[in-house]
Amino acid sequence: MGSEKIRILVAKPGLDGHDRGAKVVARALRDAGFEVIYTGLHQTPEMIVESAVQEDVDIIGISILSGAHMTVFPEVLKLLKKKKAGHIKVFGGGIIPRDDVKKLKAMGVLEIFLSGTNTDSIVEFGKKKIAGK
Amino acid sequence: MKNPALKNLVQGFWRKDRTSLARILTLAEKNTAESRRRLSPLYERARGIKKIGITGPPGGGKSTLINCLIRSFRARGQTVACVLVDPSSPISGGAVLGDRIRMQEHFLDPGVFLRSVASRCEPGGLSRSAIEMTLLLDAFGMDEIIIETVGVGQSEIEVAGIAETVLVVLTPEAGDAVQVLKAGLLEVGDIFIINKMDRPGAQALYYEISAMFGDYRSLAAHKKVLMASALENKGIEELVGAIGEHRQYLDQTGQDGRRELRMRHLLELVMNRFRSELAQKLLKEHPGLVEEVCSARLSPHQALKKLEGLIKKMLKGRSR
Repeated sequence: MGSEKIRILVAKPGLDGHDRGAKVVARALRDAGFEVIYTGLHQTPEMIVESAVQEDVDIIGISILSGAHMTVFPEVLKLLKKKKAGHIKVFGGGIIPRDDVKKLKAMGVLEIFLSGTNTDSIVEFGKKKIAGK
Repeated sequence: MKNPALKNLVQGFWRKDRTSLARILTLAEKNTAESRRRLSPLYERARGIKKIGITGPPGGGKSTLINCLIRSFRARGQTVACVLVDPSSPISGGAVLGDRIRMQEHFLDPGVFLRSVASRCEPGGLSRSAIEMTLLLDAFGMDEIIIETVGVGQSEIEVAGIAETVLVVLTPEAGDAVQVLKAGLLEVGDIFIINKMDRPGAQALYYEISAMFGDYRSLAAHKKVLMASALENKGIEELVGAIGEHRQYLDQTGQDGRRELRMRHLLELVMNRFRSELAQKLLKEHPGLVEEVCSARLSPHQALKKLEGLIKKMLKGRSR
């Protein structure tokens, strides 16, 4: 019997030391039946992608509150492609201006959840976008 | 997964591509009939290298200790793979897998492969697929394979079934040596590590465990107890030495002291099957009786008397 568990990597890149949001999201996803891998603070894009590849997650969720999103997201997408891991999707959250949200989605980021989003929306997104793929 | 895609992955596996390895591990976890068939040539290539199991109560520092072991193995030029098992929530079925956090210094090392696995509520706490993953990692060519499991339930027995050398990680705070005895860890462990050795009570626990070895000499003949501090990188080389000695002992004697454990494991699996079938039957056919017990109108012992008939029938193999 196969198991359709969804695996998500929750990533905190760079100098941003605030991971409460990431942990809240991780717990909400766990309570919704997902398997969440959290690798801690101060991850580089290389570390994030390497972990995602080894863990063969379905999707990476990147939490950025520091404003570094226009550097981090493109780098992660580029590295995923380089490692032939384009099947791994990317979404994110945190403090990101709406104009940048548009740009990021155009690059291939599936969704951005800004601060204050209800965790239910994130769970819904997870179930629809990944389970329903 | 479509046939050509799987074929590509298998080819990638033989070429030592890590992305392919990771995706194949996922297929093993999903365990479809097709993946079992296509992956069997890979399983057959497992060399049967000796693996290391690590268990112990939560918070003992297992992951931090593994981090040190990886460092040590890497310094010797050996590649290392770790299967890190954490419990799934029995309520939601989900899990937060955080063992990797302690091993960040190795994330970008091409000689290290870390895989987090959720127990998915298998009765023993160690997922079936963790076993298959270790076979695949063996076939892939990793020099050292470490399996970490949370030390609750019967997971110690399971890890002893997979790993030739079992490390039990204890801490001074976690209680006394009697807990070790109670939990059956004395049987299962080959090397007992008292981690956080700088904390008060470490020396006392060391003596208590050593004394237990003396009391249970036939059981504990080739077991070792060591002190360590994973955080301060103390005691690691002694640990690596002890692992090597244990492996030599296994080679020389051809024994692995696992006979009783395997019996226990088999009985455990059989009982789990029986238990769940009996429980379902009970709830379905005697809901009134169950309700009387739950609302304390009948004691469980009184209810058991009334169920003698049902139990006898099940043991005789007849169903109602």
